Amino acid sequence: MSGQIVRPYGDTTGDGMVQVSFTLPVAHDKRAEGAAVQLANKMGIDPAMVVHAKPMGDGFTFFVVYGRVNHLVDLDAVQVVERDFALLSAKEVNTVVKQRLRRKLSVVGACIGTDAHTVGIDAILNVKGIAGEKGLEYYRELKVTNLGAQVSVPELVEAARAEKADAVLVSQVVTQRDAHLRNTREMSAAFREAMPAGRRPLLIVGGPRFDETMTDELGVDRIFGRGTTPGEVASYLVHALITQRKAMA
Amino acid sequence: MTGKLDLDPVLVARARELARRAGQPVVDLARSHTTVSVERAVLRLAGVTGADPDGIPWVNRLVDAVVADVGLGHGVAVPVFDALAREGITDVTLLAQKAAAGSVRFALPTGRAATAARSAARRAVGAGVRRIDRRRAERDRLVTRHGDPRQRPWIYLIVATGDIYEDIPQAQAAARAGADVIAVIRSTGQSLLDYVPEGATREGFAGTYATQENFRLMRAALDESSKELGRYVRLTNYASGLCMPEMATLAGLERLDMMLNDSMYGILFRDINPVRTFVDQRFSRQVHARAGIIINTGEDNYLTTADAVDEAHTVTVSQLLNEFFAHEAGLADWQLGLGHAFEINPEVPESFRLELAHALLARELFPDAPLKWMPPTKHMTGDVFRGNLLDGFFNLAGTLTGQGILLVGMMTEAVVTPWLSDRDIALQNVRYVLGAAGGLHEDFVPAPGGFIRRRANQVLGEALDLLERIGEQTLLTAIAEGTFGIMKRPADRGKGLDGVAAHEADYCNPATDILEAAA
Repeated sequence: MSGQIVRPYGDTTGDGMVQVSFTLPVAHDKRAEGAAVQLANKMGIDPAMVVHAKPMGDGFTFFVVYGRVNHLVDLDAVQVVERDFALLSAKEVNTVVKQRLRRKLSVVGACIGTDAHTVGIDAILNVKGIAGEKGLEYYRELKVTNLGAQVSVPELVEAARAEKADAVLVSQVVTQRDAHLRNTREMSAAFREAMPAGRRPLLIVGGPRFDETMTDELGVDRIFGRGTTPGEVASYLVHALITQRKAMA
Repeated sequence: MTGKLDLDPVLVARARELARRAGQPVVDLARSHTTVSVERAVLRLAGVTGADPDGIPWVNRLVDAVVADVGLGHGVAVPVFDALAREGITDVTLLAQKAAAGSVRFALPTGRAATAARSAARRAVGAGVRRIDRRRAERDRLVTRHGDPRQRPWIYLIVATGDIYEDIPQAQAAARAGADVIAVIRSTGQSLLDYVPEGATREGFAGTYATQENFRLMRAALDESSKELGRYVRLTNYASGLCMPEMATLAGLERLDMMLNDSMYGILFRDINPVRTFVDQRFSRQVHARAGIIINTGEDNYLTTADAVDEAHTVTVSQLLNEFFAHEAGLADWQLGLGHAFEINPEVPESFRLELAHALLARELFPDAPLKWMPPTKHMTGDVFRGNLLDGFFNLAGTLTGQGILLVGMMTEAVVTPWLSDRDIALQNVRYVLGAAGGLHEDFVPAPGGFIRRRANQVLGEALDLLERIGEQTLLTAIAEGTFGIMKRPADRGKGLDGVAAHEADYCNPATDILEAAA
């Protein structure tokens, strides 16, 4: 299919209607509303309707703007990382690991650096899981070691060695000053230094603010973004460590 | 008991008795151990201030030097004041500097020298405790002058820029917009620092370092706001992590008004050693009791990792334990901001009625405590419109069930650290609900035999069952086995264990002596 062009949809195909909200550091008056229209115009919204303007604190105004955006979206030019592996049930994951790996698949997870937010790694690893899906601890054929929060990179490398990790899962929630990117690079470099290529575990990072296309830049095998479920991670582990590897061998 | 849920007073009394039974061995453990942070807090009360050129506080250098010479189990007060007498100086900070340079040796004095060191230590620490007393009296005066917030719940807002000089105008703006309590979120990672950073700080991750100077700057700014607004604006920080006793002490010295201080949070969520936590916690609560600080406990956190319906009773159990530990440390009911949260999956049928049942249960079990009501976080998805609706229901549940402190929920939870506009929209949400339904708790009496009463009584029953089980095995075992928030935390593991020591026969801590004599 080629030439798939779409525009935002308000209530009629092709009307291009969008809604945005923002704050300008300007006290609320006629000029402020004009400034909001100017910004909306520069964003490609024309005509722009300021439907709500409200003073906030000293010298700030909050706006809600509706309008027609003149940009077009070319669906053919969209670049995303599509899931390139089959989604398996917990039972299927267990079966593949048992029959083809013939030992438990070892997974080590942690939040590294100063990040103390374990929600992500816990959602993926804890039995409790997320959104009704059980975490990796629930998978009989996976051996899960969850190191928790604020684990240093050397501690993580050491734990991966001790647990003979097939895969290392790192969660990063805090993104201030790009801490998530810095920490991930430090982690992947440490594994490259500590272990030869064939012996390195699969390196996986996850967090709500990662760009899933940055694997090469960050030196990891896979990045999982927001909304990832334990089942997807487990399916990927089986794909990358067993199915794909055997196919290539 | 105000009687909206028809709770059986015999069961409630039984629950408190079981909490006491589960908590008493932990109190005994806390009374027979000390930690490096407890000893550093004693030195802070005795007047040691400042840090070395690398930013390591002199209290750390001094405790390390004493421990190297005589160990931790005797307490540092006597060796320090004995050395002070031998060196012929009066300035404890100067002694710390000399000790760090290696020019002072510490010993355990006997006879007359020991008696002299004990009384000198008691005098110095007593002066520190009196400074805390003066700050408490000052708060009482300011509250009388400016007044308390006009409504309940008090509106609690967070600032978290990482830079104290950015936090200050944001906090003042939030107070002007209606916040009664300002919490300055700490930098991620501070809980695991085994020292308290020094000075005004402008670099933090997802929060601002808690330091004595930052405390002072923010309290002074909010004193200005209180004057301007005609109501006393309270300030909150965190007595949690490895430096709990010192944080409590600094909060008392700088007239902070509330402190986050949970009995098990550090163990479960920061993997801090359980013994370290319980010893530190008891001392920090004794200081909070003296300083007139309201503690906020962290039960809301359990529900972010465990299921808010299945595990509702663990919140009740933790509240009962927190209450027992708090009373034991001398805190009064008005100082117990026991935590709980609106974290039930909104897709669960009758989720709002379940929330009301849980919130009302806490209200009825702890009628004189200013409960801390925490907003939804786990089921905030990035759909900010739905999030704003959920926050509205959270606010409604808060006012319907008479919560004391309401942490304002942000529709951008899980998306960004709150923007100026997020905070404004969130406060608008709170104002609408409190304005439209602020007195509705008077009319809200769940029907006898109805869903809410049945659910509340069921949760109380499950809490009793869990307390019975804990009683059979001890609290430390329960924590080790993952009873709370799923995390398993054995007593011989976790961070900070090397900073714990059992009391020797001659252990001396003048701060504990003074604080316990008053209680």
